[in-house]
Amino acid sequence: MARAAVQRRLTWRRGRVTRRVDETPRVRTLVLALEEDWPGHLAGQHVDVRLTAEDGYQAQRSYSIASAPEDVGQLAITVERIGDGEVSPYLVDELTEGDQLEFRGPIGGYFVWDETPGGPLLLVAGGSGICPLMAMIRHRAARGSRVPTRLLYSSRSLEDVIYREEVDLLAARSDGLEVFHTLTRDRPAGWTGYARRIDLEMLTEVGWRPDEGPLGFVCGPTPLVEAVAEALVQLGWSPDRVKTERFGPTGG
Amino acid sequence: MDFISRGFRGRPREQAPAGRLPPGQYMVRDFPVLSAGPTPHTPLSRWTFSITGEIDEPRQWTWEQFRALPTETITKDIHCVTKWSKFDTVWEGVSVDTLLDGVDTTAEYVLAFSDGGYTTNIPLQDLTEGKAWVAFAFGGEPLEPEHGGPARLLVPHLYFWKSAKWVRGLRLMSENSPGFWETYGYHDYGDPWREQRYSGD
Repeated sequence: MARAAVQRRLTWRRGRVTRRVDETPRVRTLVLALEEDWPGHLAGQHVDVRLTAEDGYQAQRSYSIASAPEDVGQLAITVERIGDGEVSPYLVDELTEGDQLEFRGPIGGYFVWDETPGGPLLLVAGGSGICPLMAMIRHRAARGSRVPTRLLYSSRSLEDVIYREEVDLLAARSDGLEVFHTLTRDRPAGWTGYARRIDLEMLTEVGWRPDEGPLGFVCGPTPLVEAVAEALVQLGWSPDRVKTERFGPTGG
Repeated sequence: MDFISRGFRGRPREQAPAGRLPPGQYMVRDFPVLSAGPTPHTPLSRWTFSITGEIDEPRQWTWEQFRALPTETITKDIHCVTKWSKFDTVWEGVSVDTLLDGVDTTAEYVLAFSDGGYTTNIPLQDLTEGKAWVAFAFGGEPLEPEHGGPARLLVPHLYFWKSAKWVRGLRLMSENSPGFWETYGYHDYGDPWREQRYSGD
């Protein structure tokens, strides 16, 4: 917590959308080209995005950076379309290759991982809460880190799993990344993974023992984050080794 | 305003009453939860509230003593740095004026401290003269743990991270010292009407 404050001004920038990736039926990744003066980011940080209508009306939202810091020259955000949202339907459905997007950042310095905090890692995600954790997983892979890492990822169904192929490919490298899915609503025939909301028993099976000195990052909707953080503390984890970030569908 | 987001229209404008929504904010009706770690659960039997630092005789209340203090019902708009604002939230709490009544201090700054290690810094004059409370009820119900219960600081004229959840005391300081989010690049003061989200804003 004794980190020096970063006292630079966060100015608004414009990034051109260079690529869109359909992640799930409701989720799309936008890749933005970065200018050279981008200061770089830490895995887990976010950006603020600002939209401006013709009459001057503006709306801002925060989105986690999903790409690794090593992915120089570009920045990816992954956006879930919230039905009655104001910003997310625009980002998912309207914004396209060649369009400009205003944003500023990087923001946040607590929910970040840069290999130094030590200990085996437990990453717990619900839905689009995977985004900042994906930046950590990609950073870990880009660094060639072998920090033992377990991802426990809760999705409604297999088609709602964001970054599924990439995560499975990274897990197949056998460099210490293990991936566990739980599907809470629909399962394909023959599904052998978890099939319920994340609970104490699941965290006992997947998570590290407290005496292994683990570090946990939990990101998702508030009920999931509350339940997981509470369960980890109950299992004996030190509260200051459980870092949380919550995504609500609010406003989107 | 030289930049237009192609094809963006935004929500119908009448949703937000004029003059009540600070720049860059949008209105919500629910009450989102944001915190950096697990929700602490301190039993009321072990809960105390302290005034420490630049004060001749530090003060401390047990939960019973704290709840015996005069209370106020407060109706305020609140504004979170993550862009949501919620109008007409109704709280019950003890005014910081009551907690500091009769205190003679040269301090100009306060560091609010909480269970779980959270801190936030606020100029003392932003906590006095009816501007801040230690709130223990929301919407007529005891404040839920995930919203900062049993008690949180309520400083509605600043971004809501200044309204420290699970608050356990105020440290009076002669020098300003950044708190938790302020150390991570969030604005030192946090006035929503001047959109002071991050340092340098």
